[in-house]
Amino acid sequence: MSAAVATGPRAEERALAPVSWRWPIIYAVFTLVALAFLRVGDGATTFRISRAGDFFEIPDVSLPALATNLVLLAVMAAATAVAVRRALRRAPIGWWVPAAFGIAFVLAFLTWVGAGRTTLIPLTTLLAGALALSVPLVFGAMSGVICERSGVINIAIEGQLLAGAFLAAVVGSLTASAYLGMAAAPIAGALVGGLLAFFAVRYWVDQIIVGVVLNVLVVGLTSFLFSTVLTENSAVLNARQSMPDIPIPGLAYIPVIGPVLFRQSLLVYLMYAAVIAAHILLFRSRWGLRTRAVGEHPKAADTVGIKVERTRVVNTVIGGAVAGLGGAFFTVGSGLAFGREMSAGQGYIALAAMILGRWSPKGAVAAALMFGFARSLVNMLSGAGAGISSDLLLMLPYAVTILAVAGFVGRVRPPAAENVPYVK
Amino acid sequence: MSDETPRPATEPGDPADRPEGATARTGGTPAAGPQDGPIETRTRELLREVLSGSWLVSLLAIVLALLAGAVLIAVADSDVQEAAGYFFARPADTLEAVWNAVYAAYEALFRGAVYDFRADSPTRAIRPVTETLTFATPLILAGLGLAVAFRAGLLNIGGQGQIILGAVFGAFIGFSADLPVVLHVTLAALGAALGGAIWAGIAGVLKAKTGANEVIVTIMLNNIGLYLVAYLLTTQAFRVPGSPNPISPQIPTETAAYPLLLEAPFRLHAGFLLAILATGAVWWLLDRSTTGFEIRAAGANPHAARTAGISVDRVVILTMVVSGALCGLAGSAQVLGTEHVLTGGVAASYGFDAITVALLGRSKPVGTFLAGVLFGALRAGGVLMQSETSIDIILVVQSIIVLLIAAPPLVRSVFRLPSPDARPRRRAGAATTEVTA
Repeated sequence: MSAAVATGPRAEERALAPVSWRWPIIYAVFTLVALAFLRVGDGATTFRISRAGDFFEIPDVSLPALATNLVLLAVMAAATAVAVRRALRRAPIGWWVPAAFGIAFVLAFLTWVGAGRTTLIPLTTLLAGALALSVPLVFGAMSGVICERSGVINIAIEGQLLAGAFLAAVVGSLTASAYLGMAAAPIAGALVGGLLAFFAVRYWVDQIIVGVVLNVLVVGLTSFLFSTVLTENSAVLNARQSMPDIPIPGLAYIPVIGPVLFRQSLLVYLMYAAVIAAHILLFRSRWGLRTRAVGEHPKAADTVGIKVERTRVVNTVIGGAVAGLGGAFFTVGSGLAFGREMSAGQGYIALAAMILGRWSPKGAVAAALMFGFARSLVNMLSGAGAGISSDLLLMLPYAVTILAVAGFVGRVRPPAAENVPYVK
Repeated sequence: MSDETPRPATEPGDPADRPEGATARTGGTPAAGPQDGPIETRTRELLREVLSGSWLVSLLAIVLALLAGAVLIAVADSDVQEAAGYFFARPADTLEAVWNAVYAAYEALFRGAVYDFRADSPTRAIRPVTETLTFATPLILAGLGLAVAFRAGLLNIGGQGQIILGAVFGAFIGFSADLPVVLHVTLAALGAALGGAIWAGIAGVLKAKTGANEVIVTIMLNNIGLYLVAYLLTTQAFRVPGSPNPISPQIPTETAAYPLLLEAPFRLHAGFLLAILATGAVWWLLDRSTTGFEIRAAGANPHAARTAGISVDRVVILTMVVSGALCGLAGSAQVLGTEHVLTGGVAASYGFDAITVALLGRSKPVGTFLAGVLFGALRAGGVLMQSETSIDIILVVQSIIVLLIAAPPLVRSVFRLPSPDARPRRRAGAATTEVTA
């Protein structure tokens, strides 16, 4: 406000940007939807906040459903009002308004689901499940960011995840060490990434086509080896290995957050590291600058002496390795043996998360966590026996992605040189 | 085969041949050196034409893929592994085991796909080839659909979802309506086409109106379609009353199914005739109609097409609708032709296989038809091959074929074949630079 007053007369001369009503409208619609959650009768909803074995065992909290939802609705209405104010002032919305709105909406929904039932709403389990289900998505989305920022579309995330899961299971089983399995997973992913780079950079084949075909190839190879070699000798080649949870001293004792974030396996801690490293390196390092230059304007990059093709190959292989590491989650990361097509389309969701996150590591992680949370919620709801079809709920992330790429959630702009082979 | 615009034209020029220069630079040895002189004999010229032709590359790609498959079969075979344990003592044993494993697998593939020379009755001996055509039917239809989109420069990855929606619409009309013979199956097939067209149309409209990337939208629609059919099969309208299984009621074979072309043990149905008709229709659409010209123009260069007065947005929507309708018909081949019920797995992996079919067929109608028959043969043969090895080897062979087809210079360099644009370069200096591409 002060800025507008200070510039006074000059502000009128300047053409103002039109007011963007997108976010206020989205918030208003969701607030109206949340009105439906008020139909809870006079029951109570019980939340379980800590799990057995946590350092602080917090007793279950029982809240009157109607009062809770009225309060949450007020929060949502307030957030909508703030959004309207910000929109009128053409100010950016910031991060805490969407966060508060989202949390209030989800809590209102959970209160509605649990109202008047004997079943508990396990908050901590829900969050922990969300984080676990996000692990392959986050690694896959990081892989996508690393590849696509250099101008190579990585549709083969699915194949890289699956290849990583396969090699992690086999190596882990052979060496009877989950950690060695995890260490081997990036090699498999990097191989798939290398193939992608070979065809896309060396032979200028359409990157989307190579990606799709590589996914089929990896599904075929792993399923073939699974049903011939692995099943014949599953005790040696495909025995279950799991990584123990490592509680981080101190941090793991924080109520709710501690057990969810800091009582995890090494793979999850590597995920934190990968996200932070990707974000810092991409925007603060020479490698990152070069990667982005090659992805946006390869000719200019080449003119100043950056080797376009080498950058793309290196990035695609690194990206493949990152996705491969994420694939380890399916087998050694969750203590399972390898199964046919066990990545089950998660690579495509990771791709969607990356697009929703607008090709930035930060955004991609947020989107991946949202997808993971949605799945965890669906799991919980089907367990709690809520009257909503899990199939319909599982559609939601995909529908949101379509809305996102169609421009309803802001402009989505890919790197300019994506899927354009560099020809000197 | 003269004009090569085979691949989705997201990049300018002809991607199939451009990288040849790169191969030559990095040491791909040409078959004939410059010492041949400027005058070539007629035979040599003919030979070069044959050797650099794209159909030869396709053939060699298939051979290479089968070789790679053979390596996998041998590696995974337990007899081979055993014999390899004492390889240095008796290497012949290993080689014999490799030969046995590979021969048994590919013999089964042949017997399952073409002609079963070990069968005890002529009916059984011929049945494999009809099975091949049965499996090929949805592949051809969906492959044609994707080929149309590829020619317009649209990467429709959503064959899977469009097949599912086609199957849902077709099956629903099939089992719920009570109509006379010809009308019922016609309506069901049209419904299937409509279902696929709607699903692809969503992607087309979003692409035209908002610029949404059709690859992402169609991939997402695939997943939504998968959950949609799973959801529908839990509802009353799509389920057998009183049954807990997610399977639709039977589609009446007398009225709503495609009639069988041969007697009972054969499964070949009229859907195959539909596939032949569709091949002709797509050929006419792409090569003879104004719309087809607009589709190809928009695919080759959208900017030029727009300048020439073609409404690219309209072409995008129209192409996706046609593409989806053909994929929907592929879904009808499943529910009205072979399965006769709607299940969650109705599309199998036909949608993704169709991508490889369209690529192998270089997005040309006849090529797609032949590629569909080839992959149908691999599927049909794969069923019998299962007794020898795992059917998943088919996926490996298919994907290697397509990878190699997509990169002709790779195949040429493996077999040391001359490249089609190598000739003018070798005559450098001579005034023959206007050689046709």
